[in-house]
Amino acid sequence: MQVPFSLSKWQIFAWLIGICLSAPLAFLIFESLQGDSEVFSHLWNTVLWDYTSNTILLILGVISLSCLIALPLGWLSAYCQFPGRKVFEWALMLPLAMPTYIIAYIYTDLLDYAGPVQVALRDWFGWQSPNDYWFFDIRTLPGAIIMIALVLYPYLYLIFKTALREQSFKLVQASQLMGMSPRQSFFKVSLPLARGAIVAALALISMETMADFATVHYFAVSTLTTAVYDTWLGYYSLTAAAKISGIMLLFLFVSLMLERLSRKNDTVHERQASVNDTALYVLKGKTAWAASAYCIFILLVAFVLPVGILCGYAIDYFDEAWNSQFFLYAWQSLKVSLWVSVIAIFFSVLVVFYQRIGSERTKSIPGRFASTGYALPGTVLAIAVLLPLTLLDTALNDWFSQTSFEPGLLLSGSIFAMIFAYVVRFYAIAHGAVEASYVRISPSLDMASQSMGKGFLQTLTLIHFPLLRRGILTAALLVFIECMKELPAALLLRPFNFETLATHVFQYVSDEQLELASVSALFIVLVGLIPLYFVNRSMEQHN
Amino acid sequence: MSSLLLQNLSYQYDGQSVIKALNLAVEQNEIVCLLGASGCGKTTTLKAIAGLIQPQHGSVVINGQCMSDERHFVAPQHRNIGMMFQDYALFPHLTVAQNIAFGLNKLDKPERLKRVDEMLELVHLNNFKSRYPHELSGGQQQRVAIARALAYRPNLLLLDEPFSNIDAQVRYQLINDIRAIIKDQQVSAIFVSHSKDEAFAFSDKLAIMHEGQIAQLGCAKTLFQQPSNKVVAEFLGQGIYLKATRYNGAGVSTDFGDVSSMVPLLQSQQQGQIYVRPQHLELVNDPNGQVRVEQQRFVGTEYVYRVRFEQQQLEVPAPTDKTINTDLPVSFKIKAHAVNFFSEQELN
Repeated sequence: MQVPFSLSKWQIFAWLIGICLSAPLAFLIFESLQGDSEVFSHLWNTVLWDYTSNTILLILGVISLSCLIALPLGWLSAYCQFPGRKVFEWALMLPLAMPTYIIAYIYTDLLDYAGPVQVALRDWFGWQSPNDYWFFDIRTLPGAIIMIALVLYPYLYLIFKTALREQSFKLVQASQLMGMSPRQSFFKVSLPLARGAIVAALALISMETMADFATVHYFAVSTLTTAVYDTWLGYYSLTAAAKISGIMLLFLFVSLMLERLSRKNDTVHERQASVNDTALYVLKGKTAWAASAYCIFILLVAFVLPVGILCGYAIDYFDEAWNSQFFLYAWQSLKVSLWVSVIAIFFSVLVVFYQRIGSERTKSIPGRFASTGYALPGTVLAIAVLLPLTLLDTALNDWFSQTSFEPGLLLSGSIFAMIFAYVVRFYAIAHGAVEASYVRISPSLDMASQSMGKGFLQTLTLIHFPLLRRGILTAALLVFIECMKELPAALLLRPFNFETLATHVFQYVSDEQLELASVSALFIVLVGLIPLYFVNRSMEQHN
Repeated sequence: MSSLLLQNLSYQYDGQSVIKALNLAVEQNEIVCLLGASGCGKTTTLKAIAGLIQPQHGSVVINGQCMSDERHFVAPQHRNIGMMFQDYALFPHLTVAQNIAFGLNKLDKPERLKRVDEMLELVHLNNFKSRYPHELSGGQQQRVAIARALAYRPNLLLLDEPFSNIDAQVRYQLINDIRAIIKDQQVSAIFVSHSKDEAFAFSDKLAIMHEGQIAQLGCAKTLFQQPSNKVVAEFLGQGIYLKATRYNGAGVSTDFGDVSSMVPLLQSQQQGQIYVRPQHLELVNDPNGQVRVEQQRFVGTEYVYRVRFEQQQLEVPAPTDKTINTDLPVSFKIKAHAVNFFSEQELN
């Protein structure tokens, strides 16, 4: 049988991709372990401890507040029947689409000294100056905690709800018959059984919180993320930035380990999909309305009100916001996102295909290497990408120094750096989606194709591609959306005078003029809603 | 005083009546089986007794105490009912001992430990107290479930198809074991099943359920010999309807000859049909017979003949040493038995 492409070539491709995409992380770890950096020692002796403790407080605060918000919501929507439950069940995911810096801006606008809330209070009570009364200052660490938790709680809500649904209702019924009140069975049965899922969700939330740059920057709360940003843009010290990133990697590592551990413990418990679509508890009267009111309150605060205000801005400032800038930046975002989607999908198909046909024991390693970038916060990722690219640029310039050609910052200073960083970050999404749809293709199809004289490449194009089409499209869409929303990496890596929609919106947020970028902001929220549709659909199919 | 009294119980779900004005009484220390095809409302009845659903009409009275009627509803946690679920519903995060102790929070610690040990002794699982449910076999899990349900001395024990996940080889052994445990603990029990063999082996009385109502309540022999209607007769096994005339309280005449009944026939009407089961029929060669043999099957100890009479089909056994013509007409000979006679009125 003629094999047009030998196995070893697939292997080489897969390993090349794996090594390239994991190189930034390797460089970052190497650089952060390097000897002394003056800037870093200075930071270490002055402000770094504050930054670290702020980061820890921020994470702990967001985790606690998320639990307060999401655990009751998850329990209500998994077990109880009350007015509006069907709608709340998916609507409570919506805040995930909201970038934190937008919600932060809107609440600052509302609650500031000159904002409508305080103005109304002053009119009402006749206060004259800030000295006459105390009011919650939102541009603080607690304010940042509230803003971030309002956007991230849906992770815990979704995972906790699913975990409760996967537990057999009969376990709760059994505990009830043994004399437990609904409250007692929640604490003695449901909660311990969902512990693994909760820890996993909190690990995810803490990673996202740590990665948040825009809110803390806007609120002037210094954390490790802002420190990385300031060190690079303020001191131009890659080494110091890499060292701070190293501290964040440690945090990240702890989160990932927790998540792993919790999943390991979880496998002990048998899971069963519940076929019970009736509710365990039928809430009545005041309790039922209180449940609905709680859901409405969270939904209102985390999504409806901010989006409503954003729409208001967009209507009032339509002429300023709907302009050629919007189209230019939308087009630039679109271009970068499309490139990244295509490259990430191409790479992931190659790597997953090698995993399928390879017989080596090491065949799953390239995929794992390539996926390491996903957990990196955007600022850390940017520094990690700059490390190898600046080295390459230096080498290139040396190479061409004999000639009249001057490449300059060909790699690190161009759109290439952005695209490369995005591919490193979002490859894992594409890989996961492609792998998931590959599992559904029976291996006997490959054998059938090969027995009929088709080589690997033909099997890939004639059999796998048509069958993978939907999976690939979904993966491409998810990568595309993440690219459209990505902010911190873009802020650090964008070429001079290059804006994406996200950086454009953030620029106006920083300048306290979000109104003028409201159309762009709404557009980002709308794009963020798309993946929620997919999540909801897959959950409904699961049920 | 009855252990359980259901009066006029009705439950609707999504506009469908699942239980319709159901009445049932269970005496002290009695095991009653709710037997019926799937969808007849037996599990729903069990849930209504436990308080896991709230019936729209009727009352549930346990040991003389009203648990649910139009005005009251006692929450499941205040009913003191033990329940054994089809999948056992053992808590996967708790050990065997912790599972059994789960319902014992009213006892102080030494008493609780003592009770757990007693229950482990009762179900012969003393050496497994620190194991987790997933480390046990199906039969062992089942014994943990029964121990857990009995540990807090419930007023009533409910069992929802508890034997359906057990291999056929050990099922009857387990049925005997669990029955002995329940009798030992002197608790009234309601058991739900769709298998009449399990029901016969496990319970004192059977309540055949059909379309949300109890079709008949009684011991197995009564149900078999004197089914109150067609539904009960047909549920308990295959048979064939033959036209019959009651000639006195002790027998009927049919096209296949007279049959004397071992139970009195109390109906007032003369005309009707009898429902005859295969074991009361004998096949005889008869060139003028109305019965056709469609298939002959050898099953080891005997032959089974699939025969057709008018529109009805039936499988009738015959000893191997008896030659039945498969291509010529045959006839029935009906042995004397407890005749199930239904008057024309009862048949419609």
